[in-house]
Amino acid sequence: MYEKNGEKYFIVDAHIALWDARAANQKNIHGKQFIDCFYDYHKNLSPEEEVWDYDTYTYYGGQRLLKDLFEDGYVDHAIFQPAILSDFYVNGFGQTEDALALTRANPGKLTYNHAWDPRHAEAGLEQLRKDAARMNLQGVKLYTAEWYGDSRGWKLDDPWSRRYLEECLELGIKNIHVHKGPTIRPLDRDSFDVADIDKVATDYTDLNFIVEHVGLPRLEDFCWIATQEPNVYGGLAVAMPFIHTRPGYFAQIIGELLYWIGEDRILFSSDYALWTPKWLVEAFVDFQIPVELTEYAPITVEQKKKILGLNAAALYGLDVPEELRLPAGAGSREEAVAS
Amino acid sequence: MIAVAQSLQSEVVAALATVVDPELDQPITDLGFVRSIRIDRTGVTVHLRLPTSFCAPNFAYLMASDAVDALRRVPDVGKVTVLLDDHHDSDKINAGLAADAGYVGTFGSEAEQDLDELRRIFQRKAHTAAMERSVMALLRSTGTTVEQLPGLTLGQLPGGSHKDALLRRRAAIGLGIRPDDLVLVDDDGVPVPPDAVPARLRFAKAVRISVEGNAHFCRGLLATRYDNEPGGLITDTRRTT
Repeated sequence: MYEKNGEKYFIVDAHIALWDARAANQKNIHGKQFIDCFYDYHKNLSPEEEVWDYDTYTYYGGQRLLKDLFEDGYVDHAIFQPAILSDFYVNGFGQTEDALALTRANPGKLTYNHAWDPRHAEAGLEQLRKDAARMNLQGVKLYTAEWYGDSRGWKLDDPWSRRYLEECLELGIKNIHVHKGPTIRPLDRDSFDVADIDKVATDYTDLNFIVEHVGLPRLEDFCWIATQEPNVYGGLAVAMPFIHTRPGYFAQIIGELLYWIGEDRILFSSDYALWTPKWLVEAFVDFQIPVELTEYAPITVEQKKKILGLNAAALYGLDVPEELRLPAGAGSREEAVAS
Repeated sequence: MIAVAQSLQSEVVAALATVVDPELDQPITDLGFVRSIRIDRTGVTVHLRLPTSFCAPNFAYLMASDAVDALRRVPDVGKVTVLLDDHHDSDKINAGLAADAGYVGTFGSEAEQDLDELRRIFQRKAHTAAMERSVMALLRSTGTTVEQLPGLTLGQLPGGSHKDALLRRRAAIGLGIRPDDLVLVDDDGVPVPPDAVPARLRFAKAVRISVEGNAHFCRGLLATRYDNEPGGLITDTRRTT
């Protein structure tokens, strides 16, 4: 919970990770390139005093995670969204068993989402059933750009992917988080293309599709799809830290999102440990759309409360303390294109 | 001789400045993607660099091969060598460029078709963003109203960098650039119906913000990755021999 100027905010960090990118766990040069790329993101977009040293960044462990999120970071609940990257790391990038153990040891504070990969075909489906039971899955994080043998990625509307989505419906896994990232096969397609989300969101209306980093670098395509599909949400991972380095640009992103999809479908996340939630939460509560951007209405406290936690709490059925909820009857302003 | 050599340097730089990052719609020379240029008696060697190891390999290949094509058009340049540094696919891309293998030849089974359609997608986005910039500048600086926009022609746009940029991007996707051509057209040149103009402009704005945001992001990451090491370093041994 974060409190400022008499307002109390329920904080859900909807995208966190517990990774191990130490040299001993790197399978090949790509493991090193991947964490170096993350570290550049971290260094480039964090305030100077929040920058970690490289070794800590490659591995920080569960106790540091608990401190950064729940002691220092105002977070009430956080959701693991792992990237497994088994072609780059010996024991995977995201540490499944450690994250699961941490989730069990901190009831009510953490949700563990797992991943599936449709290229594992029938065997992967069987694994998904086992994982759903063992991990009590409510959501999955899909990384469509992940390498697997010769394949550099897949699409959500591939036939095997559809079978996995249907299995998710059967298993009660309702929240499908999708990370769009570079490199995908075939390469001649745009690797950040979000068109496959449009297709599956139309076909599986009982699933929620949360597009991480709000589709960046294809913000406009994401907004367009989300406008058409009521079950598409935007996660602010990666977009959030612009609040520090490029506040004017951050204002435009938030302004566009509020205009196109509205305040009920935007989810805060720090993308921990790419960045840490403390400074992001503080900055977002203090944030206002600059007056010179006259085309956007000022962002309200109510909208910030929804984005910082109440929207994600609704998706995951989290119990929000009475004093942190919005007053009954406070609906959305129904002004977005999508409403 | 010196004058000739200096002009070769500037011609090489000018050639590289015609190569555009399709996603960011900015020249690779402005973005800092040209790491170094070496001119010697046999030819020119250019090293390129990108903001991350994982920048999409299709775009990486596209820029590198466009650089080869642009440099080969420089008279008397000699042998052209373009190398992409520090990319997860550097070896594959550099081998493909050296062998003139083309995109499909470079990536083999990972690529199904040429990059023409991908390139067109981003040329269309660049046109949309350029149109929005021109029109918004006009609305801000003159008494033109949104109601007048459906009939707005290129000839009515004030000259300047916004208009020049719009004309270039129209030419790139095959749209007319005559003064009496309409400004508000879709990607195929079909006029936007009057009642659809506000929505078209609003979406165009989202496109522009996305493209500009990507450029902020990539420039920042490049500076961090290379610790602000300046790019575009030129060595020219042909000039002194």
